[in-house]
Amino acid sequence: MLTYLIRRLFAAAVMLVVIMVVVFSIFFLVPKWVGVDIATSFVGKQADPAAVEAVRTKLGLGEPIYVQVWEFFKGIFAGRTYAAGGDVTHCSAPCFGYSFRSEQAIWPVLTDRFPVTLGLALGAALLWLVFGVAAGVLSALKRGTLWDRGAMVVALGGVSLPIYFTGLLSLAIFSYGLGWIDGQYVPLEESFSGWLGGMILPWVTLAFLYAAMYARITRATMLEILGEDYIRTARAKGLREQVVIGKHAMRSTMTPILTMLGMDLGALIGGAILTETTFSLPGLGQAVLNAIKTQDLPIILGVTLITSLAVLLANLVVDVLYAVIDPRVRLA
Amino acid sequence: MTELSKTGAAVGEPTTAAAPTAFLEVRDLKVHFPTDDGLVKSVDGLSFQLEKGKTLGIVGESGSGKSVTSLGIMGLHTAGQYGKRKAQISGEIWLNGTELLSAPADQVRRMRGREMAMIFQDPLSALHPYYTIGQQIVEAYRIHHDVDKKTAKRRAVEMLDRVGIPQPDKRVDSYPHEFSGGMRQRAMIAMSLVNNPELLIADEPTTALDVTVQAQILDLIRDLQKEFGSAVIVITHDLGVVAELADDLLVMYGGRCVERGPAEKVFYEPRHPYTWGLLGSMPRLDREQQERLVPVKGSPPSLINLPSGCAFNPRCPYADIPKDDVTRTVRPELTEVGSRHWAACHMSQEQRERIWTEEIAPKL
Repeated sequence: MLTYLIRRLFAAAVMLVVIMVVVFSIFFLVPKWVGVDIATSFVGKQADPAAVEAVRTKLGLGEPIYVQVWEFFKGIFAGRTYAAGGDVTHCSAPCFGYSFRSEQAIWPVLTDRFPVTLGLALGAALLWLVFGVAAGVLSALKRGTLWDRGAMVVALGGVSLPIYFTGLLSLAIFSYGLGWIDGQYVPLEESFSGWLGGMILPWVTLAFLYAAMYARITRATMLEILGEDYIRTARAKGLREQVVIGKHAMRSTMTPILTMLGMDLGALIGGAILTETTFSLPGLGQAVLNAIKTQDLPIILGVTLITSLAVLLANLVVDVLYAVIDPRVRLA
Repeated sequence: MTELSKTGAAVGEPTTAAAPTAFLEVRDLKVHFPTDDGLVKSVDGLSFQLEKGKTLGIVGESGSGKSVTSLGIMGLHTAGQYGKRKAQISGEIWLNGTELLSAPADQVRRMRGREMAMIFQDPLSALHPYYTIGQQIVEAYRIHHDVDKKTAKRRAVEMLDRVGIPQPDKRVDSYPHEFSGGMRQRAMIAMSLVNNPELLIADEPTTALDVTVQAQILDLIRDLQKEFGSAVIVITHDLGVVAELADDLLVMYGGRCVERGPAEKVFYEPRHPYTWGLLGSMPRLDREQQERLVPVKGSPPSLINLPSGCAFNPRCPYADIPKDDVTRTVRPELTEVGSRHWAACHMSQEQRERIWTEEIAPKL
């Protein structure tokens, strides 16, 4: 078990370095290949050539790519000093650089916005796990009945309806129509009830989409597991049906659900762009969307790295849970 | 196996008397499954009896209803049945004075594992991959015995030792995938026997194992039966397996019994063409090598649309011997062909005796 864990951790660390190099290269190398000058896009097309040159020197864009990558990584761990002639800016660690547009440091932007997205993702995940898995199990046990069909039609709706439809619909009904919920985002530190009020619609909307997928997967997996020989063995022992389902069948059903959860949660932590935009939540998704619109490369780069890290961590947790659930994994 | 009622009632015709004398008595068991294509009559009127300490072998090809019968006795067609389509089961199954089909589901559940237990064909898929062998045996024991985990685990180790697993105190914490095929089947047997069941059903217990291990497992089942005095039903398509174990044989075809009797009778004086076919297709080392094994021609019948008359008639080389095309119009009932020996065939006793002694036996 311990060697398994160490191996996974090591693999995750290697993966992280690879991701960083690839992501950095995409953002700073590809523009060069296609003939877009980052310094020009930073300063603006009408700018004075001397100013462009100054920016180029200051951001180190003239250096070979490996130097740039190295400087960037060094900045994350040790801070970084940008200098062009007399113009010196020190960016303390962890330094992800400065926004091309607002000239704010990236790291505080990320740390400000991360809790919003994390809260959204975790809250929604809790909801969709509880309701999605429960609905899936019930559907499997009541296969072919009206309940099953009804639940699966709702699930199909959930999967097919986009967030900006269900989100706006829920806002229209509960916020503007009935006026039950204010719908404004309030940071958790300011007011817990305000935070809950602002998050409840995004949670439900996001969870609805995922719960639908989870219900379908759970149902399919459960049906498959119920056909397994070892479930028959469990019954042949004289176990109560609740134990057969709740213990023997559920444990096997959890495996694919966990896999999905790891990937979904990881991806969501990197920013639920549609949900955050629909509900005006100041999370990473919203930040990255704005950054894409304004070609603000450092923000996009920072959010991408955070997302990769989140996916990596989530998968690491899933891998470990996997080994806890399935003893055969520990050998592999 | 006790003598059937003195009136000489055939095994296919259940006696109407309610109180059975045998330990296990199955009367006119029917298990039908509704499907989109029609009603699958997996078992269609099966009756037999079994005494404690005796072994009944049920043989037949795939789809003849062997496993469905065993699951029916265990009540596993109705337990855990979800959705609208449910198996339709009728008839009577008397175990030790309790009629299982009409008993409350929870009572049957409490009998499962304790009074009747089952060994499955493929022990790898029949054991839960996520739990250790010990956990699974402990669970089986603690359902029926109010003991703490430690006591149950001691019992599990004791059972593993009894079925011949080396270092049982260590192996009890192994997972099924860490066992070899034969070990897994031994563990499965240990789990089935942990509550000293009076009825043990072994459904193709050696099919997934290699030949040397097969013999060991069969020996083990026989030894344990002697030790515990249980009644055993061995289900198999391999006549070699039952030849070793069974006191009585029941040959199934298309969901019905076509021949039944003491094992030596069915082996040495079989009175049904399908049994002849089975014997002819069995490789034997104790005879001179034949040129080729003779398969039973054709394929198993559709259980939705059984051939009319005798279900075996499309594959039977002797279907034209009885007059008036009776094989294709009338279903033959089991008739007594010897002491405690029944077969369902339209040919006359003399015809069958002649064909067996002149045509079949010399070629085996």
